[in-house]
Amino acid sequence: MGNIKQKDLILYSGLIILGLAAPYLFSAFKVQLTYLCVLIVLAMTWNLQGGEMGYNTFGNILFYGLGMYLTASVQVGMFFPLAEWTESGGEKTFVHTTAQYFQGIGVGLLVAAIVPAIVAGAIGYAILGLRGHYFAICTLGLGIAAGEIAGGIEIIGAGQGFTTPPFPAEIVDNEARGKFFYFLSFALLIGTFVFVKYIYGSRFRLILNAIRDNEDKAEAMGIQTMKYKITGWMCSAFFCGLAGGIMGGLIGYIDSTDVAFDGREMGVFMVLMAILGGKGTLWGPVIGATLFHFFKEGLWTFILGWQYVALGVLIVVIVVYFPEGLMGWLREKYPERFGEVIDEKDRKAQVELK
Amino acid sequence: MDFLIFKAPMLMVQASLDGILLGILFALIAYGMALQWGVMNIINIAQGDLVILGGYIAYTMYLAGIHPAWGVIVSPIIMYFVGVLLYKLVINKVVDRDLFISILATFGIAIVFQQLMNFVFGADVVVAQSEYGTTMLFDNSVTLPNSKIFSAFISVLYAVALVVYMKKSRLGRAIRATAQNARAAKILGVDTEKVYAATFGINAALCGIAGALISITLTLHPYVGLPYTVRSFMIVIVAGLGNLPAVAISGMGLGLFEEFADYILGTEFRIGAVFMLLVFILVYRRFKLSKKREYLK
Repeated sequence: MGNIKQKDLILYSGLIILGLAAPYLFSAFKVQLTYLCVLIVLAMTWNLQGGEMGYNTFGNILFYGLGMYLTASVQVGMFFPLAEWTESGGEKTFVHTTAQYFQGIGVGLLVAAIVPAIVAGAIGYAILGLRGHYFAICTLGLGIAAGEIAGGIEIIGAGQGFTTPPFPAEIVDNEARGKFFYFLSFALLIGTFVFVKYIYGSRFRLILNAIRDNEDKAEAMGIQTMKYKITGWMCSAFFCGLAGGIMGGLIGYIDSTDVAFDGREMGVFMVLMAILGGKGTLWGPVIGATLFHFFKEGLWTFILGWQYVALGVLIVVIVVYFPEGLMGWLREKYPERFGEVIDEKDRKAQVELK
Repeated sequence: MDFLIFKAPMLMVQASLDGILLGILFALIAYGMALQWGVMNIINIAQGDLVILGGYIAYTMYLAGIHPAWGVIVSPIIMYFVGVLLYKLVINKVVDRDLFISILATFGIAIVFQQLMNFVFGADVVVAQSEYGTTMLFDNSVTLPNSKIFSAFISVLYAVALVVYMKKSRLGRAIRATAQNARAAKILGVDTEKVYAATFGINAALCGIAGALISITLTLHPYVGLPYTVRSFMIVIVAGLGNLPAVAISGMGLGLFEEFADYILGTEFRIGAVFMLLVFILVYRRFKLSKKREYLK
């Protein structure tokens, strides 16, 4: 047992060192690396919902977008009148000092983590009572409704968008901005991973799995399923909000339907990445997100204009032919590696039956 | 928020008539959705995009100099084959799988359709001019485009024709049998694979008709498919599967809701209001059902 622990230790410390060194090794790709961290966070939190709890949501984009708008609004609103900022397109009239910028983004991220979690808790009782496809469609509706409504609210820029505060001009070093956002997202990634790993070893995960496998029976066994479902959703919302906040700062411009509540891209990506890697596994979403990101960045430029067609085809192919994902496939192939004991006789008998 | 509409009775008449005529069109799309949901147990997210594709077929005819109203005959024929092709390529692999798989797979199809339409027809908002003129009512205070009346009439015509076809024809009987019990139907010699393909084709054809009508009454744009999917989903949930009068009534109800929401909340919140209504309906349904469950306890 100790041997495996040591192996894990080497793996984790290796990954952390790689993560810390990455912006220096691949300094041209800092933005892409930040994206990757955020994508992994989104895939992992989606996996808590779709993979572990069996509640396939399209609505986590709601928390992502909410976090994005909240961070930017708080960051601006703490020091300047928000309405005038959005009206003038930001930048020109008001300038954040370095201290103001970092204070603002700190408080903003705090708000962006807490408020979505509260929202998830508040709507959870109503929404999580829906089962199966009704839940999926309802959350899809929620995400799109949020985008449409945000696009009509004047104070956050309505249809013309919201420019987030630019990185303080006093820091001349061009690299600093990229590094700041990279390390912010890397810290979020580590936080999320530690949290999800903790959940994977806890009773909470078993309860979520019980809900996925048979909710009525879980209820009959005396588990207050609603309580756990809401808690699970709130955890997801917490990390999604943070991810959104970081992304808003990185992109520098928030549009209601194309950046924040981007159900057509991010909302689908997170589902796809989790499924590609393997639902209901710790490492599946991480691997899925990494693969997907490499695929996307590598291929997008070659098939410019056709990327959405490729994305749609990819969704269909993965979902129809590959629903168990990479980890599911590996598990099928090498069950021993996953700690499953296989009765050889039984397997042979099964093969013969087929 | 603007409640002026309630002080102007003529505006209310206008909104109500618009809403009802529009609602009949929605009901036609919803009927297709109910058909495939009932028979194949599939929720088709690409429904709205099939509608828009049907609309673009009529628009292409308009560009070629043919009157777009002929689209209500041409478009369903083309769309039937598109539907069957789609079934053969993708849908037949997800029919008896988890519902979420079908939702995601059709979501992928929807994205492909949107993008391809964007390439072929461009990202502009287009409309095919029918030049049917308008009807004035109540001393010219209520105006109704004749194209809307025409589209409602055609929708009703096709819906009635389809109901009769489902009742009388051999294929209709096979479809109804498969919907009731696919295994039993198979045992009794119904080729369910063919029935499924035909059902999906008929659904696509209905979308084609609706699309052709939308091209002359409303506007077309490659990315506006999803609201139509959600509208038809909503109508089907409220009406239930296989209850045609209820589908028609809730379709009109939705049309009324939208027109009034348009006046009260403003046009920019129209689509948002539709999606919020979906959430409210689902939540209401959930509390209604949970009451029933508690009663059973």
